[in-house]
Amino acid sequence: MGLDRREFLKVAGLAGLLGLGGKAAIDMFAPGELEASMETIPLTEGKRWAMVIDVHKIDETIIKKCVEACHREHNVPDLASKKEEIKWIWKEDYEHSFPERHHEYVGEDVEHGSFLLLCNHCSNPPCCRVCPTKATWQREDGIVMMDQHRCIGCRFCMAACPFGARSFNWGDPRRVLEDEKLKELNPGYPTNQDYPTRSKGVVEKCTFCAERLAKGQLPACVEAANTVKKDALVFGDLDEPDSNVRAVLRNHYTIRRKPELGTNPNVFYIV
Amino acid sequence: MLETALKGRQGYWGLLIFLLALMGVGFVSYLYQFSEGLRITGMSRDVSWGFYIGQLTYFVGIAAGGVMVVLPCYLHDYKAFGRITILGEFLAVASVVMCGLFVIVDLGNLPRMLNIMIYPNPTSILFWDMIVLNVYMLLNIIIGWNVLSAERKGVHYQKWVKVLIYISIPWAFSIHTVTAFLYAGIPGRHYWLTAIMAARFLSSAFASGPALLILLCLIVRKVSNFDPGKEQIRTLGGIVAYAFILNMFFLLLELFTAFYSQIPGHMHSFDYLFGLEGHGSVLAPWMWASIGFAVVALVLLIVPATRRREDTLAVGCAAVIASTWIDKGFGLVIGGFIPNPFGRVFEYWPTTPEVLISVGVWATGFFILTVLYKIVISVKEEVGA
Repeated sequence: MGLDRREFLKVAGLAGLLGLGGKAAIDMFAPGELEASMETIPLTEGKRWAMVIDVHKIDETIIKKCVEACHREHNVPDLASKKEEIKWIWKEDYEHSFPERHHEYVGEDVEHGSFLLLCNHCSNPPCCRVCPTKATWQREDGIVMMDQHRCIGCRFCMAACPFGARSFNWGDPRRVLEDEKLKELNPGYPTNQDYPTRSKGVVEKCTFCAERLAKGQLPACVEAANTVKKDALVFGDLDEPDSNVRAVLRNHYTIRRKPELGTNPNVFYIV
Repeated sequence: MLETALKGRQGYWGLLIFLLALMGVGFVSYLYQFSEGLRITGMSRDVSWGFYIGQLTYFVGIAAGGVMVVLPCYLHDYKAFGRITILGEFLAVASVVMCGLFVIVDLGNLPRMLNIMIYPNPTSILFWDMIVLNVYMLLNIIIGWNVLSAERKGVHYQKWVKVLIYISIPWAFSIHTVTAFLYAGIPGRHYWLTAIMAARFLSSAFASGPALLILLCLIVRKVSNFDPGKEQIRTLGGIVAYAFILNMFFLLLELFTAFYSQIPGHMHSFDYLFGLEGHGSVLAPWMWASIGFAVVALVLLIVPATRRREDTLAVGCAAVIASTWIDKGFGLVIGGFIPNPFGRVFEYWPTTPEVLISVGVWATGFFILTVLYKIVISVKEEVGA
């Protein structure tokens, strides 16, 4: 592999940043052998973050772990109400994940398969287009971010999201601390003292764990899934030709939710 | 002129006190919502806009409908309408106030409302809707007030007012076009994603606005010495008839595209709204009632004899208002959310506090309308119009 001095320093420097040495550093020079859940560049420097979910690898246990990890990380309470439900990542069946693809003769493994749904962090996000206060916007690394302290609660983004990825705080989520029934449902709430709880009247959603990426950590769901099965969820930079996600996308047939709407989702499913 | 609003008969004060009481009920209900959050409404994760935004949409239409007296008067020199343009303009003012209040009560975090101006996002249609609505309200206040005070003094209004009038005419079209764009540009909500949305909005606005104006004219004639005029009401009746026929024609166009193409996304909301899919729909009886009112309205408005008789015309206008109110103030917004992005049906129905808050907003609008119309009537009586 021909590397000039400049490229070598870049890779070596990045490897150093990640605290990688030995095999990991060599993997950088041979991206094909890279473990897919590892990063070729620091998690703080992506250009277009994306996730690939391998539906063959995830099962009820992994899904449960992912949802729990996410909701614990972000203090998402269980409000015991379908109407007020707040969810950042959740389980859904095939028919309702891909309503326009479903047909009655679909194989049982697919029909009864479970999918993990979350914000698609679309490259062309309608939610950001419609927000009247730029409380939701697209970062340079592609993450569709949400500022719950600027949001006025008009819920235009919820109408605009074709994926139902956004939740609204219809009431005060902190009532979990006082309501006896809710207290029981949410032991230890707020579960993460380092992450803010929300006030009533604002929208929230998955942020690809922007706060963890900033520290060089993988999103909570990816980390949780990886403890059970390697590469069930793969997270990386689509903009980087040699990245883990690009390798997975090259080698597998993947689908996205509602691509025909032109929002360009960045969550892919291996089916 | 404002002093004329302070002198009135018992009926006038009685009405104002009644409206104030309703406003009080609405305000107290709002305080409850403000402290508890929007969870006291029927809205949900799936149907995230409801009655409030529906009513906003409907009253933008009423506001825009006022232009149907202004346009013939100033662009076609149809002098007879000069007598009642002020009624259309003040109806628009009261309607836009209601629109603003319906947005305010719908916000999850009211204290941050000014973020729309502090951090404006020019790609957001809501931002533009706020601008066009506020400017439209200002235009109508300035125009109406100046024209009316000139009339009182027996002089012609100043030239610059005429400029504003010419601006206000396309502006009326803009407010409802922009409001339609709130819905018509959203990917994934098939019921809303239709190029004909703005046209449908305008046709229903130009039917329901003048229809309400006809009813108001009849009331004004009854309670005062100012007669808006037989000819004026008759011409308005014609406008309502044409606009409402167009409105129903546009609905048929939507139905054709949906059901002839057989594309599921285009049919689903209609199936749900009209209860065609077997599973019960809380909205179906209302949507069918809307169709029923529409049929009554079409008959009464198309048959010349019933359109020209003021009592049957009034019934026709009431039917137009009922039909468009259900269709736009209710079905349009909620239908867009059902089925949800996952293809599931999760229903919505407004709660009592939600309705009470809406009653409070209507009462505020009608309070403003009553005061403004009282001023108009006093001036008109004074100059012997």
